Amino acid sequence: MRREIPLLITAIVGIVFVIAYFIPHWPFGKMSGWFSDWFSIVQGCAIILGALNLMKLSLIKVMDRKEDWGYAAVIIVTFLIVVVSGAYEGEEFRNPGTSFDWLYQFVYIPLSATMFAILAFFVASASYRAFRARNFEATLLLIAAFFVMIGRVPVGYTLSSFMPEGWYLSDLASWVMNVPQAAGQRAIMIGIGLGIVSTSLRIILGLERSHIGGGD
Amino acid sequence: MNLSHWNRIGFCVRSTTLILFGFIVFASLLASQISAQTETTEIIDSLVDTSAVVDLTTEMNPAPPPNPTAGDSPNDGGGSIRVTWQPSEDDRPEGKVKGYRILRADYDGSAGEFAEVGDVPAGKSSYAHEDGKDIDDDNQYVYKVVAYNSAYDASGDLMTFSSESGVSAPASSRAQWYDSRRTMVLFGTVLLVVFIMYFINRAKSGKPVFIRKIAGLEAIDEAVGRATEMGRKIFYIPGIGDMDNMMTIAAITILGRVSELSAQYETYIDVPVCRSMVMVTGREVVKEAYSKAGRPDAFQEDQVHYLTDDQFGYAAGVDGMFVREKPATIFFMGQFYAESLILAETGNSIGAIQIAGTAMPSQLPFFVAACDYTLIGEELFAASAYLSKEPKLLGSLKGQDIGKGVILVALIIGVLLETFGIVQVSGLFSVGD
Repeated sequence: MRREIPLLITAIVGIVFVIAYFIPHWPFGKMSGWFSDWFSIVQGCAIILGALNLMKLSLIKVMDRKEDWGYAAVIIVTFLIVVVSGAYEGEEFRNPGTSFDWLYQFVYIPLSATMFAILAFFVASASYRAFRARNFEATLLLIAAFFVMIGRVPVGYTLSSFMPEGWYLSDLASWVMNVPQAAGQRAIMIGIGLGIVSTSLRIILGLERSHIGGGD
Repeated sequence: MNLSHWNRIGFCVRSTTLILFGFIVFASLLASQISAQTETTEIIDSLVDTSAVVDLTTEMNPAPPPNPTAGDSPNDGGGSIRVTWQPSEDDRPEGKVKGYRILRADYDGSAGEFAEVGDVPAGKSSYAHEDGKDIDDDNQYVYKVVAYNSAYDASGDLMTFSSESGVSAPASSRAQWYDSRRTMVLFGTVLLVVFIMYFINRAKSGKPVFIRKIAGLEAIDEAVGRATEMGRKIFYIPGIGDMDNMMTIAAITILGRVSELSAQYETYIDVPVCRSMVMVTGREVVKEAYSKAGRPDAFQEDQVHYLTDDQFGYAAGVDGMFVREKPATIFFMGQFYAESLILAETGNSIGAIQIAGTAMPSQLPFFVAACDYTLIGEELFAASAYLSKEPKLLGSLKGQDIGKGVILVALIIGVLLETFGIVQVSGLFSVGD
């Protein structure tokens, strides 16, 4: 029963979603909405499990003085500060001027922005490795990347301004993005679409069971 | 006349000239001020003139939108009425229509009191009055459309000018039994399902199924073995999607296989997750994998642990663990966004062997650049069948490949027909919102 019930729920929900896509009439249209709502409710409740797990692991690390326990202490302290701040401010904790809002504006947003900004350096290092002309394919990638990058900046236009209209570097960059790049991406998208349908069918039919612990 | 006398005369002349100049400047300034005041008074007088306001109203009032009609919105589950009208004569660029207000009244033999239910900008000629806005399939409603314009008067107050259309015929909403826009999707889905079912049955009957080698999946054994040799842990990152995402489900199925291998090799696998439900599901899968490998005692519940729901918080946490714990092998499977490269480059910098898999086309180049192996799109979904080698699952892959062949043929035919202008086939494949 531990396997059969989840499989049954998966099958019913999956079939209802497929039918509702083609038949919007009651009960299917409404049922797909209910199932989505239930998922949101379960998801909302499950966050407690996650938060408790995080606290439990961090507390154990601090109490046992495990390696790098200082990071766990930071997690506990910041977690408590945010929770207490939110609880103290009550229902209007998100309003401007509250301590929770201050934490959000002046701690959370700068930290997130910093992490996102690191991406720029990682793009540079990854590009450096990817664009080395080790073989024919890598050389093609390098040439395409060169034209796309130079075609997207004003100097690209200036360098090719003597060319007839439609043959500027920016036009070449657009062609690379709109034709070979778009074609390749669409081919991948078609494969993904088919893969999703096939996997969904395996799950709905109960052939695929790995996600609930596997086994027959 | 001596010198001091001439000096005195010169002083008098200069003083007189200066006084005269000052007087002329003052007089001209005064005159221009009076003239400006007179003009302002005339303008204000003209604005407060009643006849001018009447003219302004006539001039600013837009023509009403003719022929409003209301009818059931097609291809939906009911609870929606579509109101359409012909644009007002004044609805044009720089015209007198700022927008349209849609008024509705209940209809029970006669129209009740009209109330505003929606507002659209100029240039639009339809409005879908939808569910959640007090529409009952059992009731009938009538609609009016009001074209409006607005301007500021002399005192700075906003004046609104509007013209109402006539009343539409009564209309009611109803649910449809079939969304006709999705016929081609239905046809394609049924065809694909038939192929998949056929090949599943064929594989069940024992006929061999050939599946091409997928380098990223072949490398899983090698990657887990490397971690064992080095005596370091394995990290498995199942993306930032939740359990309602197909990529996450595919990632969890691969997690089962990787955990089984790591249990066999007695190598610790650490699974930091971004969603609580993924944590719960992941634990079950890893626990089951350890049992299957004959090592249930080695399973620790906290191997699969939650970090945070926040995208960059998760990336920071995982990066920190990578740098501190220096794993030998890292798997990135599932749904990733901007954090993909942040994670993969950090893994690369510590020298871990990395296998990634995602169906996010925009993140694939990052994984290809930073990881040793990448499962591209559909390969992620094929992983479970490929790794399990179960005939019925492999059969589904074969059916999927036949579906791909059909799409390929359809694409070639479509491109040829469109190129030679024989028929506009693209319309056949369009799907509504």
